Amino acid sequence: MKVAFTSRGETLQSLMDSRFGRAEQFLVFETETDACEVVSNQQSLNATQGAGIQAAETLARQGVKALVTGHCGPNAFHVLSAAGIMVYTTDAPTVAAALEAFRAGALKAMEGADVDGHWA
Amino acid sequence: MILAIASGKGGTGKTMLSVNLARMLDSNVQLLDCDVEEPNDHLFLKGSVRSREIVTVPIPRVDLSLCDACGECGRFCQYHAIISLKTKPLVFPSLCHSCRGCAKICPRQAIGETDRRIGVVETVEVGHITLIQGRLDVKVALVPPLVRAVKARRQDGTPAILDAPPGTSCPVVATIRGADFVILVTEPTPFGLHDVELAAQMVRQVGVPFGVVVNRVGIGDNRIHDFCARQDIPILLEIPDDRRIAEAYSKGDLIVDTLPEYRASFEQLWQKTREWQNVGRA
Repeated sequence: MKVAFTSRGETLQSLMDSRFGRAEQFLVFETETDACEVVSNQQSLNATQGAGIQAAETLARQGVKALVTGHCGPNAFHVLSAAGIMVYTTDAPTVAAALEAFRAGALKAMEGADVDGHWA
Repeated sequence: MILAIASGKGGTGKTMLSVNLARMLDSNVQLLDCDVEEPNDHLFLKGSVRSREIVTVPIPRVDLSLCDACGECGRFCQYHAIISLKTKPLVFPSLCHSCRGCAKICPRQAIGETDRRIGVVETVEVGHITLIQGRLDVKVALVPPLVRAVKARRQDGTPAILDAPPGTSCPVVATIRGADFVILVTEPTPFGLHDVELAAQMVRQVGVPFGVVVNRVGIGDNRIHDFCARQDIPILLEIPDDRRIAEAYSKGDLIVDTLPEYRASFEQLWQKTREWQNVGRA
């Protein structure tokens, strides 16, 4: 299963980015093979509006099934649910720590947005 | 005559000029409060609301029985207002700019439209002044369509004064487009200069002749005068930094009523505006 993490860098040691729509990039981790891939979020970073929607679209096209991030707004959550992507939030400092928490089943799936749009 | 009063910087005196110019005239005038996010001309002109009309914009409505989830609508929309992930499209009304592109591009003609309310336009009669004001609904971010709705209620044949929103972005452009002349109100401070420079560039691009009114002369320095001299921009009026003006304004009083010595200044401004409008056209 593909799990996406919002990341400030390109390796598992990178800091987590607590934003989803305007996250610096995504690290997409394949739990079956332990393969890790960097997915750009540049298009959403440059978007004048609808960044969360576009970021959700990017993940859906990557075949991602779960997202681990800091916070998620209402529009993004709406698209992620429509695409069947589970959303988990964490305050883990690094992607590696977030991945460990995810694998340990320590993260709880969100049932709705936890912040308004444009919260950060 | 359509005169727009804009500024760049907020709080320089657009509303003060607009309401006093309208009051100073002795024949019928239309005053359009185009600052629809925060209309305040009505605070100075008390009258009864003659009409209130709801303003809407069209947004897509998908007929799910016709949609085959091809995703063309989502690929077309630059605003991410409609998207389709191999599923029936999701519509985000607050992001839609009403271009109708999704409906045109849909191969199955599955997209029609429905109305989304964005605000109201009110008409208030105050003596010889017809005040037309827009009020944007809370949580709506789409300003230009409501500005255009306010302007659409203007009648030809009677002069109109347009009180613009601050800034230099779309709401201001929507206000000044089609005006005969623009007055930029500013103050002789670093902020005032910075923003009037941007505003002057913006008005030039829209292609409307303009002049400057310097408000609160006595604070700051000569920088606005130097800038206008360098750029050949006429200074139409200078209003001194007079505490009595601020006091009257803070009570919702009109300067031309409470401080009649300023009446002649507003009359001159109106005259000069008409002269410069013709120069700008020539």
